[in-house]
Amino acid sequence: MEFFHEPKIDWMGIKWYFISLSLLLALTGIVSMAIHHGLIYGIDFRGGTMVNVKFAQNPNIDAIRSRLDSTGLRNATIQPYGPVSDHALIIGLDLQTTSSANALDAGKQAVVSSLADLFGRGPEGKADFNNASPQTLSEHLMADDPLVVGVKGLDTATRTYRDLADVIVAFRNAPPRSGLLANFDDLRSVPGVTPAVISALAKDFYLSSYAVTNTKIVGPKVGSDLRRQALYVTLAGLGAMLIYIWFRFELIYGVAAVVATFHDVIITLGFFSLLNKEITLTVIAALLTLVGYSMNDTIVVFDRIRENVHANKREDFAKLVDRSINQTLSRTILTSGLTFLAVLSLFLFGGEVIHGFAFALVVGVIIGTYSSIFIASPIVVYFYQRSARSGVTAKVKVA
Amino acid sequence: METKLRSRAIFILIVIVVCILGIIGFPRNIQELKNNVHNRIHLGLDLKGGTNLILQVQVEDAVNITAGETLDRIKDELKAKTLPYADIQLDDDKTHNPPIHRILIKGIPQDRGTDLQTLVSNGFPDWDLVRVPGDESARYLVLKVSSAANIRNQALMQAMETIRRRVDALGVTEPTIAEYGEGDFELVVQLPSVDDPSRVKDIMQSTALLELKLVTDGPYTSREAALSQHGGILPPDTQLIPGTENGSEVWYVLNRIAAVTGRDLTGADPSHDESGRPDVNFTLNREGAERFGRVTGANIGKQLAIVLDNRVFTAPVIHGQITDRGQISGGNFTSQSANDLALVLRSGALPATIHYLSEETVGPSLGADSIRHGVVASIVGLLAVMGFMLVYYRGAGINANVALILNLLILVAALAYFDAVLTLPGIAGVILTVGMGVDSNVLIFERIREELRLGKTVGAAIQAGFEQAFRTIIDTHVTTVVSAAILFAFGTGPIKGFAVTLTIGLIANLFTSVFVSRFIFDYVLTRREKGMELSI
Repeated sequence: MEFFHEPKIDWMGIKWYFISLSLLLALTGIVSMAIHHGLIYGIDFRGGTMVNVKFAQNPNIDAIRSRLDSTGLRNATIQPYGPVSDHALIIGLDLQTTSSANALDAGKQAVVSSLADLFGRGPEGKADFNNASPQTLSEHLMADDPLVVGVKGLDTATRTYRDLADVIVAFRNAPPRSGLLANFDDLRSVPGVTPAVISALAKDFYLSSYAVTNTKIVGPKVGSDLRRQALYVTLAGLGAMLIYIWFRFELIYGVAAVVATFHDVIITLGFFSLLNKEITLTVIAALLTLVGYSMNDTIVVFDRIRENVHANKREDFAKLVDRSINQTLSRTILTSGLTFLAVLSLFLFGGEVIHGFAFALVVGVIIGTYSSIFIASPIVVYFYQRSARSGVTAKVKVA
Repeated sequence: METKLRSRAIFILIVIVVCILGIIGFPRNIQELKNNVHNRIHLGLDLKGGTNLILQVQVEDAVNITAGETLDRIKDELKAKTLPYADIQLDDDKTHNPPIHRILIKGIPQDRGTDLQTLVSNGFPDWDLVRVPGDESARYLVLKVSSAANIRNQALMQAMETIRRRVDALGVTEPTIAEYGEGDFELVVQLPSVDDPSRVKDIMQSTALLELKLVTDGPYTSREAALSQHGGILPPDTQLIPGTENGSEVWYVLNRIAAVTGRDLTGADPSHDESGRPDVNFTLNREGAERFGRVTGANIGKQLAIVLDNRVFTAPVIHGQITDRGQISGGNFTSQSANDLALVLRSGALPATIHYLSEETVGPSLGADSIRHGVVASIVGLLAVMGFMLVYYRGAGINANVALILNLLILVAALAYFDAVLTLPGIAGVILTVGMGVDSNVLIFERIREELRLGKTVGAAIQAGFEQAFRTIIDTHVTTVVSAAILFAFGTGPIKGFAVTLTIGLIANLFTSVFVSRFIFDYVLTRREKGMELSI
């Protein structure tokens, strides 16, 4: 099978259409970042408190909001999270409402106790099964010893109940329960669980109708440190690439590749701004991966240009670049297609936590491929055509 | 050719065996196999659930304590050397960051300047004596920058040790405690399967500075009441310390010098008094016991204040001489709080207070969710890529897919061998490796097709294809590995995990796409009959 059989596309001839498109996209992104929405920073950078809660039934957002208002958490944001069938909410507090200097988690505690007030605290002295860790479960089971293995020695008992707790928690967390067990009797199908175990659990625990799945509190210092580091790391990444390509090819190739990659990052960020997506720590990681990927793609084309320059020094440079792009086109499309397939599967099936990361890569793989042909290559051509007029011929180091 | 081929086959086989052993070890049954995989693949907090804390050690506290002690000591020395002065006080220069710690001594007689200099150079090696501009009779005693830095670093290390002991004593499994950030004295503490961090946080944060001090007088209902009793000025070598009695704030006047401190403790255990109420028993080392015996023996009938973190916990009456054992009782002990107090006393005092900067708790169900999503996404991505390669390259597609699977096997084995941590972004790194990993094969295959079109023989085309593509592959790998390395240097837990898997994946890819794929081609070549076409 073959998609392109010896294509002969005049890339440099049509470059202006695509450069205009790039400028349009980049400008739209920049305008959006500058005046429309700006970039929405995630909690990692902004600081604040975030509590993810999963409910057994579809939660009443208004009731939660008025409860939080009455405890003084007026600026809380409450949004559904993930697919509707998850019944999950994400409750966010900004930095001011979140915490004082001595109690970072004041906001979190207020949210958690508001939820407990609304959805029930359970009987006195009982712990919440749906929010319990394997460790907590195994400690309770150890104390009750429903399987009567205590006589076999402490080690055996510890191991038995730790394993049992792991199995029980895995069962609780598996779909369709996904973290919320509705009835202790459902545990009967779990291997190793006897009626004695169930009654021991029912004695110590109750089943809440919600589970706090994730909490995150970021103080002001960590947030601002990360903002600074994220900027440095992206610049350091670009700088390192520039130096490598300079070393392997020539300075102008490095400059062209860095401009193309920078273009990719700006356009991807523009999409985040336009679609109101949050810039989180993992999105920055995705951007840096994109930097690597886009460079990667550009280098394949540059490598071929270098090879062709060696073989044929007299060819018109623009023609030579066209030929190089055409020769590598099949590979370019295949690789980006395959990488796109991989990140698309991450985007579709990777879950909510990794959503922003996958989105950045889905956009980035397309833009990164396109920029090697329409941004990086024309810059090199432009430079050599100008130099040729002043009498310098295209040269590339022998690698 | 045949023998070279055989040795390459053996090498690849060895790699496969080593990788599989790295992942599963030598299991004797299914259960052991599961356990081995479980123990060898370390999951990050975002996948197994737990708490991640970032905290800052307020190391300036430790420097302040040293400065305070030095102030007391130099006062004594000046008295001993009969060196007169008008005034002496701490006078830190807070315009610097970190502050420069200084003691200002005023009113030194002109002819005693050299005596002071000798005193400082002999007795206070960490301090410099400098003149004060505009005041001939005054001197600054300045803490050397290197000494201050030393104290700060020691405080950080000591805090780390103390926190580690406390977390261990709480029975948290496999905690991680490490320095974090860039020289701001921050620590990251990871507590797997801790889903309610409040108790651990309290215990970690407790300074646990224990001092037993004789009560001079009190308690008074307010600070003013205590002061007015003494005509507005406290007697020398005493101090006012607050406490709680029957729910209200009271003030005690105590001896400034402690009879014993937490440093003299050799042990502390939760226990119960005669009436069954929880208390804490402690034992003292020999020196502490001697001093304690002297003080209690000479002050029978007086009150002894148990001061914890600069608050009077209780102030029982001394009924007889006590030497190496004592109890802390009363207060509002529950068995949990008695337990926690004994724990923090045993682990030693924190040299400085700590502030929490960030806190993240991943519940176990979210972690399980993430694993499920990650696995599904990986398998779908892998199948899509492998299916496409088969359709597009036919025979060579099998070659690429074998290389890809081996690539993943090496990646997982390397994670196990290096004790690397697999996080959710790490799983994303695996998926990306799949996408970017086949790039090498695509580069090579496309090149072979080109060479075939130029009319080369199958053998020559394969030879040329690998040689020409190799240079490009190196260049593309270096750029990606460089960006991953920068991410590793910058990133925190999950991001680091991503950088690690991506880097290992791409390095393994060099081996699988260049060495293993080439081997498979060469093997097929030797089996192939003359004139048969290459399936690519």
